[in-house]
Amino acid sequence: MNMLRLAFREIVGMFVDDGALALQSLLLIAVVTIAVEVLAAPSGWAGAALIGGCAAILASSVYRAARRR
Amino acid sequence: MGPLLGLIPIHVMQYVIGVLLILFGMRWLRKAILRSVGVVALHDEERAFAEETEESQRRARDQRADYLAGIAAFKAVLLEGVEVVFIVIAVGTAHQMTGYAALGALAAAILVLAVGFALRRPLSQVPENALKFVVGLMLTAFGVFWTGEGIGVEWPGADLSLIGIFLFFTAVALALVRVLKRSAAIDQAEVAR
Repeated sequence: MNMLRLAFREIVGMFVDDGALALQSLLLIAVVTIAVEVLAAPSGWAGAALIGGCAAILASSVYRAARRR
Repeated sequence: MGPLLGLIPIHVMQYVIGVLLILFGMRWLRKAILRSVGVVALHDEERAFAEETEESQRRARDQRADYLAGIAAFKAVLLEGVEVVFIVIAVGTAHQMTGYAALGALAAAILVLAVGFALRRPLSQVPENALKFVVGLMLTAFGVFWTGEGIGVEWPGADLSLIGIFLFFTAVALALVRVLKRSAAIDQAEVAR
């Protein structure tokens, strides 16, 4: 059981390091998905939002980490 | 698993894999940027190997060597295996080429074993962070591209837009490294005053 728990934790750790980075990325993807699927947002907007949003989230996460040192 | 994967609608598969790749890639990229600016220590493979060896020898004296060796091997094979499966699915599902992607992974594994054995000394000198930086950029670019494909984004230039996305994230990451290095230098100068 311990081994399974350890393996599960390691697999989650593959995707999640900074919790805020993962959460903000998932939120961005959810907002863009809802905008396209429900509100019929233009395709070009969705692509730009994904690219720009991910870059902004990455930048804020890196700045936070650098400031904490 | 190949035939089962074929039953899942391609846009669903692209979306799920895309989201996972964004999480996976951004995590790698973040760490590579922080290592480049010195916020996180560079990963020293030789030191890591020495520490793991020492830890294994210490544990071997605890009479639980078999159990711990089992856990270590299970963890290493599972993690590396999951990463390979993940990348094979991500690369292969784009055009129903999971078989070819798996063959590529197998060929790469054999090649890496052979090259690793032949070049085990000089390989420890390869700048690992540069490699991780590029992989993080690629995974993030693929993740954004496939997440977009999954929700029906029509990328300008179709697959070629991947190059543009990759270059954009490269520019952002390099700019972040530059700004953070400059900011660290200013901080150090102020402390020195």
